[in-house]
Amino acid sequence: MWPSLALPGVLWLVLLFLTPLYAVFAVAMGAPDPIFGGALPAWNPLAWDPGEFGTILGELFTGQLGFVFLRTLIYVAIATFLSLLIGYPVAYYVARHAGRFRVLLLMLIIAPFWINYLMRMLAWVNLLSTDGYVNQILLFVGLLDEPREWLVGKHETVILGLVYGYVPFLILPLFAALDRIDSRVIEAARDLGASPARAFFAVTLPLSSQGILAGCVIVMLPMFGDYYTATLLSGSPRTNMVGKLIEQDILSGAGSGRGAALTVVLMVFVGILMTYYLYSVARASREARS
Amino acid sequence: MTFGRAESRPNATRFKSWWSNPWGKPRFLVLFTWAYILWSLVPVAIAVQFGFNEGRSRSAWQGFSLRWYVGDPNLSVLHDPSLRAALVQSLQLAALTMLIATPLGVALAIGLARWSGWGARPANFLMLFPLVTPEIVMGVALFLVFVHLFGFVRLGTMAQVLGHVTFTVSYVVIVVRGRLFSVGREYEEAAMDLGASRLQALRTVLLPMLAPAIWASLMVAFAISIDDFVISAFLMGDASSATIPVKLYSAARLAPSPAINALASILLFASMLAITIAILVMGRSRRREGAEGSAVEDFARLDL
Repeated sequence: MWPSLALPGVLWLVLLFLTPLYAVFAVAMGAPDPIFGGALPAWNPLAWDPGEFGTILGELFTGQLGFVFLRTLIYVAIATFLSLLIGYPVAYYVARHAGRFRVLLLMLIIAPFWINYLMRMLAWVNLLSTDGYVNQILLFVGLLDEPREWLVGKHETVILGLVYGYVPFLILPLFAALDRIDSRVIEAARDLGASPARAFFAVTLPLSSQGILAGCVIVMLPMFGDYYTATLLSGSPRTNMVGKLIEQDILSGAGSGRGAALTVVLMVFVGILMTYYLYSVARASREARS
Repeated sequence: MTFGRAESRPNATRFKSWWSNPWGKPRFLVLFTWAYILWSLVPVAIAVQFGFNEGRSRSAWQGFSLRWYVGDPNLSVLHDPSLRAALVQSLQLAALTMLIATPLGVALAIGLARWSGWGARPANFLMLFPLVTPEIVMGVALFLVFVHLFGFVRLGTMAQVLGHVTFTVSYVVIVVRGRLFSVGREYEEAAMDLGASRLQALRTVLLPMLAPAIWASLMVAFAISIDDFVISAFLMGDASSATIPVKLYSAARLAPSPAINALASILLFASMLAITIAILVMGRSRRREGAEGSAVEDFARLDL
Protein backbone atom coordinates (compact mmCIF):
# COMPACT_ATOMS: atom_id res chain seq x y z
CA MET A 1 0.00 0.00 0.00
CA TRP A 2 2.82 2.47 0.80
CA PRO A 3 4.16 2.70 -2.78
CA SER A 4 0.66 3.33 -4.06
CA LEU A 5 0.32 6.30 -1.69
CA ALA A 6 3.56 7.73 -3.01
CA LEU A 7 2.66 7.00 -6.61
CA PRO A 8 0.60 10.10 -7.52
CA GLY A 9 3.26 12.43 -6.17
CA VAL A 10 6.08 10.54 -7.83
CA LEU A 11 4.18 10.48 -11.12
CA TRP A 12 3.53 14.22 -10.87
CA LEU A 13 7.22 14.92 -10.32
CA VAL A 14 8.26 12.64 -13.18
CA LEU A 15 5.85 14.34 -15.59
CA LEU A 16 6.26 17.93 -14.43
CA PHE A 17 9.77 18.00 -13.05
CA LEU A 18 11.97 15.39 -14.73
CA THR A 19 10.33 15.64 -18.16
CA PRO A 20 10.68 19.44 -18.25
CA LEU A 21 14.34 19.14 -17.26
CA TYR A 22 14.79 16.75 -20.15
CA ALA A 23 12.98 19.22 -22.40
CA VAL A 24 15.65 21.81 -21.60
CA PHE A 25 18.30 19.45 -22.97
CA ALA A 26 16.14 18.52 -25.97
CA VAL A 27 15.63 22.17 -26.91
CA ALA A 28 19.25 23.09 -26.21
CA MET A 29 20.43 20.27 -28.46
CA GLY A 30 17.80 20.83 -31.12
CA ALA A 31 18.15 22.77 -34.34
CA PRO A 32 16.70 26.24 -34.86
CA ASP A 33 13.41 26.10 -36.76
CA PRO A 34 14.28 27.23 -40.30
CA ILE A 35 10.75 28.35 -41.20
CA PHE A 36 9.18 29.99 -38.15
CA GLY A 37 12.25 30.78 -36.10
CA GLY A 38 12.21 29.51 -32.51
CA ALA A 39 13.51 26.07 -31.67
CA LEU A 40 12.82 22.54 -32.83
CA PRO A 41 13.51 20.25 -29.88
CA ALA A 42 15.40 17.01 -30.53
CA TRP A 43 13.67 14.48 -28.27
CA ASN A 44 15.87 11.62 -29.39
CA PRO A 45 19.32 11.87 -27.78
CA LEU A 46 20.82 10.26 -30.89
CA ALA A 47 19.67 13.26 -32.92
CA TRP A 48 21.23 15.80 -30.57
CA ASP A 49 22.99 18.60 -32.38
CA PRO A 50 25.51 20.38 -30.18
CA GLY A 51 25.75 23.33 -32.58
CA GLU A 52 24.16 25.88 -30.24
CA PHE A 53 26.37 24.63 -27.43
CA GLY A 54 29.50 25.14 -29.49
CA THR A 55 28.49 28.75 -30.09
CA ILE A 56 27.72 29.33 -26.42
CA LEU A 57 30.93 27.73 -25.21
CA GLY A 58 32.89 29.78 -27.72
CA GLU A 59 31.32 33.00 -26.44
CA LEU A 60 31.91 31.88 -22.89
CA PHE A 61 35.65 32.01 -23.40
CA THR A 62 36.01 34.79 -25.91
CA GLY A 63 32.90 36.93 -25.97
CA GLN A 64 30.67 39.07 -23.83
CA LEU A 65 29.05 36.00 -22.29
CA GLY A 66 32.19 35.15 -20.38
CA PHE A 67 32.10 38.56 -18.70
CA VAL A 68 28.49 38.08 -17.66
CA PHE A 69 29.33 34.71 -16.11
CA LEU A 70 32.36 36.18 -14.38
CA ARG A 71 30.28 39.11 -13.07
CA THR A 72 27.63 36.71 -11.75
CA LEU A 73 30.36 34.71 -10.02
CA ILE A 74 31.88 37.83 -8.43
CA TYR A 75 28.51 39.17 -7.28
CA VAL A 76 27.58 35.81 -5.76
CA ALA A 77 30.96 35.40 -4.07
CA ILE A 78 30.94 38.86 -2.49
CA ALA A 79 27.28 38.68 -1.52
CA THR A 80 27.68 35.23 0.06
CA PHE A 81 30.73 36.35 2.01
CA LEU A 82 28.97 39.47 3.31
CA SER A 83 25.87 37.44 4.16
CA LEU A 84 28.00 35.07 6.21
CA LEU A 85 29.66 37.98 7.96
CA ILE A 86 26.26 39.39 8.89
CA GLY A 87 24.44 36.12 9.42
CA TYR A 88 26.86 34.27 11.67
CA PRO A 89 26.86 36.68 14.64
CA VAL A 90 23.07 36.93 14.47
CA ALA A 91 22.56 33.17 14.33
CA TYR A 92 25.15 32.72 17.10
CA TYR A 93 23.46 35.19 19.40
CA VAL A 94 19.97 33.79 18.86
CA ALA A 95 21.08 30.18 19.27
CA ARG A 96 23.30 30.62 22.32
CA HIS A 97 22.56 33.82 24.24
CA ALA A 98 19.11 35.12 23.41
CA GLY A 99 17.48 33.76 26.58
CA ARG A 100 13.91 34.91 27.00
CA PHE A 101 14.00 36.85 23.71
CA ARG A 102 14.73 33.71 21.76
CA VAL A 103 11.27 33.04 20.35
CA LEU A 104 10.65 36.71 19.59
CA LEU A 105 13.99 37.01 17.82
CA LEU A 106 13.37 33.84 15.85
CA MET A 107 10.01 35.19 14.75
CA LEU A 108 11.60 38.44 13.59
CA ILE A 109 14.30 36.50 11.76
CA ILE A 110 11.81 34.23 10.03
CA ALA A 111 9.58 37.15 9.04
CA PRO A 112 11.53 38.19 5.91
CA PHE A 113 11.01 34.67 4.55
CA TRP A 114 7.36 35.39 4.20
CA ILE A 115 7.70 38.90 2.89
CA ASN A 116 7.76 38.78 -0.86
CA TYR A 117 11.27 39.09 -2.26
CA LEU A 118 10.20 41.64 -4.85
CA MET A 119 8.49 43.70 -2.21
CA ARG A 120 11.71 43.75 -0.20
CA MET A 121 13.54 44.98 -3.30
CA LEU A 122 10.78 47.50 -3.96
CA ALA A 123 11.34 48.82 -0.45
CA TRP A 124 14.94 49.58 -1.37
CA VAL A 125 13.89 51.13 -4.66
CA ASN A 126 11.85 53.58 -2.57
CA LEU A 127 14.66 54.23 -0.13
CA LEU A 128 17.39 54.60 -2.76
CA SER A 129 15.50 56.79 -5.20
CA THR A 130 16.98 60.22 -5.92
CA ASP A 131 14.77 61.94 -3.33
CA GLY A 132 14.55 58.87 -1.08
CA TYR A 133 15.46 58.55 2.59
CA VAL A 134 18.98 57.24 2.00
CA ASN A 135 20.00 60.27 -0.04
CA GLN A 136 18.20 62.59 2.36
CA ILE A 137 20.06 61.14 5.34
CA LEU A 138 23.44 61.12 3.61
CA LEU A 139 22.94 64.74 2.49
CA PHE A 140 21.88 65.75 5.98
CA VAL A 141 24.87 64.10 7.64
CA GLY A 142 27.10 65.67 5.03
CA LEU A 143 28.46 62.48 3.49
CA LEU A 144 27.11 63.53 0.11
CA ASP A 145 27.07 66.96 -1.51
CA GLU A 146 24.37 66.12 -4.00
CA PRO A 147 21.90 63.22 -4.31
CA ARG A 148 23.48 60.06 -5.68
CA GLU A 149 21.83 57.99 -8.41
CA TRP A 150 21.89 54.65 -6.62
CA LEU A 151 19.54 52.87 -8.97
CA VAL A 152 21.34 53.04 -12.32
CA GLY A 153 24.02 50.47 -12.94
CA LYS A 154 25.71 50.53 -9.52
CA HIS A 155 27.41 47.27 -8.59
CA GLU A 156 27.30 48.06 -4.89
CA THR A 157 23.52 48.51 -5.03
CA VAL A 158 23.03 45.12 -6.67
CA ILE A 159 25.27 43.43 -4.11
CA LEU A 160 23.41 45.19 -1.29
CA GLY A 161 20.17 43.87 -2.80
CA LEU A 162 21.48 40.32 -3.00
CA VAL A 163 22.74 40.39 0.59
CA TYR A 164 19.51 41.94 1.85
CA GLY A 165 17.46 39.44 -0.10
CA TYR A 166 19.22 36.22 0.81
CA VAL A 167 20.77 36.70 4.24
CA PRO A 168 17.72 35.27 6.10
CA PHE A 169 18.09 32.02 4.19
CA LEU A 170 21.64 31.74 5.50
CA ILE A 171 20.78 32.51 9.10
CA LEU A 172 18.36 29.63 9.62
CA PRO A 173 20.71 26.74 8.77
CA LEU A 174 23.41 28.48 10.81
CA PHE A 175 21.00 28.78 13.70
CA ALA A 176 20.08 25.10 13.43
CA ALA A 177 23.76 24.07 13.42
CA LEU A 178 24.75 26.33 16.32
CA ASP A 179 21.70 25.30 18.30
CA ARG A 180 22.65 21.63 18.00
CA ILE A 181 26.07 22.14 19.59
CA ASP A 182 26.11 20.73 23.11
CA SER A 183 27.03 23.66 25.34
CA ARG A 184 28.91 21.29 27.68
CA VAL A 185 31.55 20.85 24.99
CA ILE A 186 32.24 24.57 25.01
CA GLU A 187 32.18 24.70 28.80
CA ALA A 188 34.68 21.86 28.87
CA ALA A 189 37.01 23.84 26.62
CA ARG A 190 36.70 26.85 28.93
CA ASP A 191 37.27 24.73 32.03
CA LEU A 192 40.44 23.37 30.46
CA GLY A 193 41.72 26.90 30.21
CA ALA A 194 40.79 28.05 26.74
CA SER A 195 40.06 31.75 26.39
CA PRO A 196 36.58 32.61 25.05
CA ALA A 197 38.11 33.37 21.66
CA ARG A 198 40.09 30.14 21.61
CA ALA A 199 37.04 28.12 22.66
CA PHE A 200 35.11 29.75 19.82
CA PHE A 201 37.71 29.10 17.14
CA ALA A 202 38.69 25.62 18.33
CA VAL A 203 35.26 24.27 19.24
CA THR A 204 32.22 26.28 18.16
CA LEU A 205 33.39 27.28 14.71
CA PRO A 206 34.46 23.78 13.58
CA LEU A 207 31.29 22.27 15.00
CA SER A 208 29.19 24.71 13.00
CA SER A 209 31.07 24.20 9.74
CA GLN A 210 28.32 21.96 8.34
CA GLY A 211 25.82 24.73 8.90
CA ILE A 212 28.12 27.29 7.28
CA LEU A 213 28.51 25.11 4.23
CA ALA A 214 24.80 24.30 3.99
CA GLY A 215 23.85 27.95 4.47
CA CYS A 216 26.25 29.16 1.80
CA VAL A 217 24.96 26.60 -0.67
CA ILE A 218 21.35 27.52 0.14
CA VAL A 219 21.96 31.17 -0.70
CA MET A 220 24.29 30.61 -3.63
CA LEU A 221 21.87 28.40 -5.57
CA PRO A 222 19.12 31.01 -5.96
CA MET A 223 21.66 33.83 -6.34
CA PHE A 224 23.14 32.18 -9.41
CA GLY A 225 19.70 32.08 -11.01
CA ASP A 226 18.72 35.56 -9.84
CA TYR A 227 17.87 38.14 -12.48
CA TYR A 228 15.22 40.28 -10.81
CA THR A 229 17.42 41.89 -8.15
CA ALA A 230 19.67 43.52 -10.72
CA THR A 231 16.70 44.46 -12.91
CA LEU A 232 14.88 46.19 -10.07
CA LEU A 233 17.85 47.85 -8.41
CA SER A 234 19.89 48.81 -11.44
CA GLY A 235 18.19 47.97 -14.71
CA SER A 236 21.37 48.48 -16.67
CA PRO A 237 23.14 45.90 -18.89
CA ARG A 238 26.26 46.79 -16.91
CA THR A 239 24.95 44.75 -14.01
CA ASN A 240 23.23 41.89 -15.88
CA MET A 241 23.58 38.44 -14.39
CA VAL A 242 23.33 35.15 -16.28
CA GLY A 243 19.67 34.76 -15.33
CA LYS A 244 18.83 37.98 -17.15
CA LEU A 245 20.20 36.63 -20.43
CA ILE A 246 18.19 33.43 -19.99
CA GLU A 247 15.03 35.40 -19.25
CA GLN A 248 15.53 37.59 -22.31
CA ASP A 249 16.22 34.64 -24.63
CA ILE A 250 13.34 32.50 -23.42
CA LEU A 251 10.63 35.11 -23.09
CA SER A 252 11.44 36.84 -26.36
CA GLY A 253 10.63 33.49 -27.98
CA ALA A 254 13.12 33.72 -30.80
CA GLY A 255 16.10 32.54 -28.83
CA SER A 256 14.66 29.68 -26.82
CA GLY A 257 17.33 27.32 -28.16
CA ARG A 258 19.98 29.66 -26.93
CA GLY A 259 18.15 30.24 -23.63
CA ALA A 260 17.89 26.49 -23.07
CA ALA A 261 21.60 26.03 -23.83
CA LEU A 262 22.44 28.81 -21.35
CA THR A 263 20.23 27.11 -18.76
CA VAL A 264 22.17 23.88 -19.24
CA VAL A 265 25.46 25.77 -18.81
CA LEU A 266 24.08 27.35 -15.63
CA MET A 267 23.04 23.94 -14.31
CA VAL A 268 26.49 22.53 -14.96
CA PHE A 269 27.89 25.61 -13.24
CA VAL A 270 25.83 25.07 -10.08
CA GLY A 271 25.77 21.26 -10.42
CA ILE A 272 28.29 20.69 -7.65
CA LEU A 273 26.33 22.89 -5.26
CA MET A 274 23.07 21.13 -6.15
CA THR A 275 24.57 17.67 -5.68
CA TYR A 276 26.12 18.59 -2.36
CA TYR A 277 22.88 20.05 -1.08
CA LEU A 278 20.80 17.15 -2.38
CA TYR A 279 23.02 14.63 -0.60
CA SER A 280 23.09 16.60 2.62
CA VAL A 281 19.28 16.92 2.80
CA ALA A 282 18.90 13.24 1.88
CA ARG A 283 21.31 12.35 4.69
CA ALA A 284 19.44 14.57 7.13
CA SER A 285 16.14 12.96 6.19
CA ARG A 286 17.59 9.46 6.66
CA GLU A 287 18.88 10.45 10.09
CA ALA A 288 15.51 11.93 11.05
CA ARG A 289 13.85 8.71 9.99
CA SER A 290 15.97 6.37 12.04
CA MET B 1 21.78 46.28 36.06
CA THR B 2 25.31 47.49 35.57
CA PHE B 3 23.88 50.61 34.05
CA GLY B 4 22.24 51.75 37.29
CA ARG B 5 25.24 51.21 39.49
CA ALA B 6 27.50 53.17 37.19
CA GLU B 7 25.18 56.17 37.18
CA SER B 8 27.56 58.67 38.76
CA ARG B 9 30.54 58.04 36.51
CA PRO B 10 31.21 60.09 33.39
CA ASN B 11 29.54 58.83 30.26
CA ALA B 12 32.55 57.34 28.52
CA THR B 13 33.59 55.26 31.51
CA ARG B 14 30.07 54.14 32.10
CA PHE B 15 29.76 52.90 28.55
CA LYS B 16 33.16 51.24 28.75
CA SER B 17 32.33 49.36 31.92
CA TRP B 18 28.98 48.31 30.52
CA TRP B 19 30.63 47.21 27.31
CA SER B 20 33.56 45.30 28.74
CA ASN B 21 31.88 43.63 31.69
CA PRO B 22 33.15 40.08 31.23
CA TRP B 23 30.28 38.51 33.19
CA GLY B 24 27.49 40.28 31.32
CA LYS B 25 25.74 39.28 28.15
CA PRO B 26 27.72 39.55 24.91
CA ARG B 27 26.99 43.24 24.29
CA PHE B 28 28.32 43.43 20.77
CA LEU B 29 26.15 40.53 19.67
CA VAL B 30 23.04 42.04 21.25
CA LEU B 31 23.53 45.32 19.44
CA PHE B 32 24.51 43.63 16.21
CA THR B 33 21.49 41.32 16.22
CA TRP B 34 18.99 44.07 16.91
CA ALA B 35 20.65 46.29 14.30
CA TYR B 36 20.34 43.46 11.80
CA ILE B 37 16.67 43.00 12.60
CA LEU B 38 15.99 46.71 12.21
CA TRP B 39 17.86 46.73 8.93
CA SER B 40 15.93 43.74 7.67
CA LEU B 41 12.46 44.96 8.61
CA VAL B 42 12.44 48.77 8.65
CA PRO B 43 12.72 49.23 4.85
CA VAL B 44 9.70 46.98 4.39
CA ALA B 45 7.79 48.84 7.11
CA ILE B 46 8.51 52.11 5.31
CA ALA B 47 7.28 50.62 2.04
CA VAL B 48 4.06 49.52 3.75
CA GLN B 49 3.68 52.97 5.26
CA PHE B 50 3.87 54.67 1.87
CA GLY B 51 1.02 52.46 0.65
CA PHE B 52 -1.06 54.57 3.05
CA ASN B 53 0.29 57.90 1.82
CA GLU B 54 -2.19 60.66 1.12
CA GLY B 55 -0.23 62.03 -1.82
CA ARG B 56 1.38 60.48 -4.87
CA SER B 57 4.93 60.45 -3.56
CA ARG B 58 6.67 57.30 -2.43
CA SER B 59 9.39 59.18 -0.61
CA ALA B 60 7.68 62.12 1.15
CA TRP B 61 4.99 61.43 3.76
CA GLN B 62 1.86 63.51 3.20
CA GLY B 63 -0.58 62.06 5.72
CA PHE B 64 -2.55 58.87 6.19
CA SER B 65 -5.23 57.75 3.77
CA LEU B 66 -6.68 54.63 2.22
CA ARG B 67 -6.66 56.35 -1.17
CA TRP B 68 -4.38 53.77 -2.80
CA TYR B 69 -6.27 50.80 -1.41
CA VAL B 70 -9.89 51.77 -2.04
CA GLY B 71 -10.32 55.54 -2.24
CA ASP B 72 -8.93 56.60 -5.59
CA PRO B 73 -11.56 56.05 -8.30
CA ASN B 74 -9.01 55.13 -11.00
CA LEU B 75 -5.66 54.27 -9.51
CA SER B 76 -6.41 52.37 -6.28
CA VAL B 77 -5.95 48.61 -6.00
CA LEU B 78 -9.73 48.25 -5.85
CA HIS B 79 -10.42 50.31 -8.95
CA ASP B 80 -7.44 49.84 -11.24
CA PRO B 81 -8.48 46.77 -13.30
CA SER B 82 -4.95 45.50 -13.84
CA LEU B 83 -4.01 45.69 -10.14
CA ARG B 84 -7.27 44.09 -9.07
CA ALA B 85 -6.82 41.35 -11.67
CA ALA B 86 -3.32 40.63 -10.28
CA LEU B 87 -4.70 40.33 -6.75
CA VAL B 88 -7.45 37.96 -7.90
CA GLN B 89 -4.99 35.90 -9.94
CA SER B 90 -2.57 35.57 -7.01
CA LEU B 91 -5.29 34.48 -4.59
CA GLN B 92 -6.80 32.08 -7.09
CA LEU B 93 -3.45 30.46 -7.89
CA ALA B 94 -2.53 30.14 -4.22
CA ALA B 95 -5.89 28.58 -3.36
CA LEU B 96 -5.75 26.06 -6.20
CA THR B 97 -2.11 25.21 -5.48
CA MET B 98 -2.85 24.67 -1.80
CA LEU B 99 -5.81 22.40 -2.55
CA ILE B 100 -3.89 20.24 -5.05
CA ALA B 101 -0.41 20.20 -3.50
CA THR B 102 -1.49 19.34 0.04
CA PRO B 103 -3.24 15.99 -0.60
CA LEU B 104 -0.55 15.06 -3.11
CA GLY B 105 2.22 15.94 -0.67
CA VAL B 106 0.59 14.32 2.37
CA ALA B 107 0.17 11.04 0.48
CA LEU B 108 3.74 11.27 -0.79
CA ALA B 109 5.07 11.98 2.70
CA ILE B 110 3.25 8.99 4.23
CA GLY B 111 4.28 6.77 1.35
CA LEU B 112 7.93 7.78 1.56
CA ALA B 113 8.09 7.54 5.35
CA ARG B 114 6.61 4.06 5.60
CA TRP B 115 7.72 2.45 2.38
CA SER B 116 11.09 0.76 2.52
CA GLY B 117 11.22 -1.09 -0.79
CA TRP B 118 13.72 -0.63 -3.60
CA GLY B 119 12.01 2.42 -5.04
CA ALA B 120 11.91 4.43 -1.82
CA ARG B 121 15.36 5.96 -2.11
CA PRO B 122 15.11 7.23 -5.68
CA ALA B 123 11.61 8.51 -4.92
CA ASN B 124 12.98 10.37 -1.93
CA PHE B 125 15.70 11.94 -4.08
CA LEU B 126 13.13 12.91 -6.69
CA MET B 127 11.08 14.65 -3.98
CA LEU B 128 14.10 16.62 -2.75
CA PHE B 129 15.35 17.56 -6.21
CA PRO B 130 12.95 20.51 -6.79
CA LEU B 131 14.11 22.01 -3.47
CA VAL B 132 17.69 22.35 -4.69
CA THR B 133 16.94 23.43 -8.26
CA PRO B 134 17.28 27.17 -8.93
CA GLU B 135 13.86 28.56 -9.73
CA ILE B 136 14.94 29.95 -13.06
CA VAL B 137 15.86 26.44 -14.21
CA MET B 138 12.43 25.16 -13.24
CA GLY B 139 10.77 28.13 -14.89
CA VAL B 140 12.61 27.60 -18.17
CA ALA B 141 12.03 23.84 -18.03
CA LEU B 142 8.29 24.11 -17.44
CA PHE B 143 7.96 26.83 -20.07
CA LEU B 144 9.70 24.69 -22.67
CA VAL B 145 7.77 21.53 -21.85
CA PHE B 146 4.42 23.31 -22.10
CA VAL B 147 5.36 25.00 -25.36
CA HIS B 148 7.00 22.04 -27.06
CA LEU B 149 5.59 18.84 -25.56
CA PHE B 150 2.40 19.23 -23.53
CA GLY B 151 0.80 21.51 -26.10
CA PHE B 152 -2.64 20.97 -24.56
CA VAL B 153 -1.57 22.97 -21.51
CA ARG B 154 -1.92 26.60 -22.50
CA LEU B 155 0.36 29.14 -20.87
CA GLY B 156 -1.62 31.09 -18.31
CA THR B 157 -3.51 30.02 -15.20
CA MET B 158 -3.46 26.29 -16.04
CA ALA B 159 0.30 26.19 -16.60
CA GLN B 160 0.91 28.36 -13.54
CA VAL B 161 -1.09 26.03 -11.28
CA LEU B 162 0.77 22.97 -12.57
CA GLY B 163 4.08 24.76 -12.04
CA HIS B 164 3.25 25.99 -8.56
CA VAL B 165 2.08 22.57 -7.41
CA THR B 166 5.31 21.01 -8.71
CA PHE B 167 7.57 23.12 -6.53
CA THR B 168 5.21 23.27 -3.54
CA VAL B 169 4.71 19.50 -3.13
CA SER B 170 8.19 19.01 -1.67
CA TYR B 171 7.60 21.64 1.00
CA VAL B 172 4.36 19.93 2.01
CA VAL B 173 6.26 16.64 2.29
CA ILE B 174 8.91 18.27 4.51
CA VAL B 175 6.31 19.78 6.85
CA VAL B 176 4.27 16.58 7.16
CA ARG B 177 7.27 14.29 7.40
CA GLY B 178 8.57 15.93 10.55
CA ARG B 179 5.30 15.10 12.26
CA LEU B 180 5.24 11.56 10.83
CA PHE B 181 8.62 10.75 12.31
CA SER B 182 7.62 12.03 15.70
CA VAL B 183 4.33 10.08 15.70
CA GLY B 184 6.07 6.81 14.85
CA ARG B 185 4.39 3.60 13.74
CA GLU B 186 3.20 2.33 17.10
CA TYR B 187 -0.30 3.78 16.97
CA GLU B 188 -1.10 2.32 13.57
CA GLU B 189 0.34 -1.02 14.62
CA ALA B 190 -1.80 -1.00 17.74
CA ALA B 191 -4.86 -0.26 15.62
CA MET B 192 -4.03 -3.11 13.28
CA ASP B 193 -3.44 -5.48 16.20
CA LEU B 194 -6.94 -4.60 17.31
CA GLY B 195 -8.27 -5.69 13.94
CA ALA B 196 -8.20 -2.56 11.77
CA SER B 197 -7.10 -2.93 8.18
CA ARG B 198 -4.16 -0.84 6.99
CA LEU B 199 -6.48 1.58 5.30
CA GLN B 200 -8.67 1.90 8.41
CA ALA B 201 -5.61 2.45 10.58
CA LEU B 202 -4.45 5.15 8.20
CA ARG B 203 -7.80 6.88 8.10
CA THR B 204 -8.89 6.65 11.70
CA VAL B 205 -5.54 6.81 13.50
CA LEU B 206 -2.75 8.32 11.45
CA LEU B 207 -4.60 11.06 9.56
CA PRO B 208 -6.19 12.61 12.68
CA MET B 209 -2.77 12.60 14.33
CA LEU B 210 -1.32 14.34 11.28
CA ALA B 211 -4.07 16.97 11.25
CA PRO B 212 -1.99 19.85 12.67
CA ALA B 213 0.77 19.21 10.15
CA ILE B 214 -1.78 19.02 7.35
CA TRP B 215 -3.27 22.37 8.35
CA ALA B 216 0.19 23.86 8.60
CA SER B 217 1.14 22.55 5.19
CA LEU B 218 -2.02 23.99 3.63
CA MET B 219 -0.93 27.38 4.92
CA VAL B 220 2.70 26.91 3.89
CA ALA B 221 1.61 25.88 0.38
CA PHE B 222 -0.60 28.97 0.17
CA ALA B 223 2.19 31.28 1.32
CA ILE B 224 4.81 29.76 -0.97
CA SER B 225 2.53 29.95 -3.98
CA ILE B 226 1.40 33.51 -3.38
CA ASP B 227 5.02 34.63 -2.93
CA ASP B 228 6.30 33.02 -6.09
CA PHE B 229 7.59 35.22 -8.86
CA VAL B 230 9.82 33.29 -11.27
CA ILE B 231 7.52 30.38 -12.13
CA SER B 232 4.48 32.67 -12.45
CA ALA B 233 6.41 35.01 -14.72
CA PHE B 234 7.72 32.29 -17.03
CA LEU B 235 4.35 30.57 -17.36
CA MET B 236 2.04 33.53 -17.58
CA GLY B 237 1.51 33.70 -21.32
CA ASP B 238 -0.01 37.19 -21.46
CA ALA B 239 -0.65 40.07 -19.10
CA SER B 240 -4.07 38.72 -18.09
CA SER B 241 -2.48 36.09 -15.86
CA ALA B 242 0.02 38.41 -14.17
CA THR B 243 0.21 37.88 -10.40
CA ILE B 244 1.05 40.47 -7.74
CA PRO B 245 4.81 39.71 -7.74
CA VAL B 246 4.85 39.89 -11.55
CA LYS B 247 3.10 43.24 -11.31
CA LEU B 248 5.64 44.47 -8.75
CA TYR B 249 8.43 43.46 -11.10
CA SER B 250 7.03 45.19 -14.15
CA ALA B 251 5.81 48.30 -12.34
CA ALA B 252 8.73 49.00 -10.02
CA ARG B 253 10.77 50.85 -12.59
CA LEU B 254 7.97 52.78 -14.26
CA ALA B 255 7.59 55.60 -11.70
CA PRO B 256 4.69 53.80 -10.01
CA SER B 257 2.16 55.29 -7.61
CA PRO B 258 1.80 54.19 -3.96
CA ALA B 259 -0.89 51.80 -5.24
CA ILE B 260 1.96 49.41 -6.02
CA ASN B 261 3.04 49.63 -2.36
CA ALA B 262 -0.55 48.99 -1.34
CA LEU B 263 -0.70 45.93 -3.58
CA ALA B 264 2.57 44.62 -2.15
CA SER B 265 1.30 45.22 1.38
CA ILE B 266 -1.83 43.17 0.69
CA LEU B 267 0.43 40.34 -0.41
CA LEU B 268 2.43 40.77 2.78
CA PHE B 269 -0.68 40.66 4.98
CA ALA B 270 -1.95 37.54 3.18
CA SER B 271 1.24 35.51 3.60
CA MET B 272 1.80 36.72 7.16
CA LEU B 273 -1.73 35.64 8.01
CA ALA B 274 -1.18 32.21 6.49
CA ILE B 275 2.09 31.69 8.36
CA THR B 276 0.68 32.93 11.65
CA ILE B 277 -2.16 30.43 11.34
CA ALA B 278 0.33 27.66 10.55
CA ILE B 279 2.44 28.50 13.61
CA LEU B 280 -0.62 28.77 15.87
CA VAL B 281 -2.01 25.43 14.71
CA MET B 282 1.30 23.71 15.28
CA GLY B 283 1.72 25.46 18.62
CA ARG B 284 -1.71 24.39 19.84
CA SER B 285 -1.10 20.74 19.04
CA ARG B 286 2.28 20.93 20.81
CA ARG B 287 0.72 22.37 23.94
CA ARG B 288 -2.02 19.73 23.97
CA GLU B 289 0.65 17.07 23.87
CA GLY B 290 2.74 18.84 26.47
CA ALA B 291 5.81 19.19 24.25
CA GLU B 292 8.52 21.65 25.24
CA GLY B 293 9.79 24.61 23.26
CA SER B 294 7.74 26.55 20.78
CA ALA B 295 6.31 25.99 17.35
CA VAL B 296 8.38 28.90 16.05
CA GLU B 297 11.51 26.91 16.80
CA ASP B 298 10.10 23.92 14.96
CA PHE B 299 9.45 26.21 12.04
CA ALA B 300 12.96 27.58 12.14
CA ARG B 301 14.41 24.08 12.08
CA LEU B 302 12.33 22.94 9.11
CA ASP B 303 15.08 24.00 6.70
CA LEU B 304 12.54 25.18 4.18
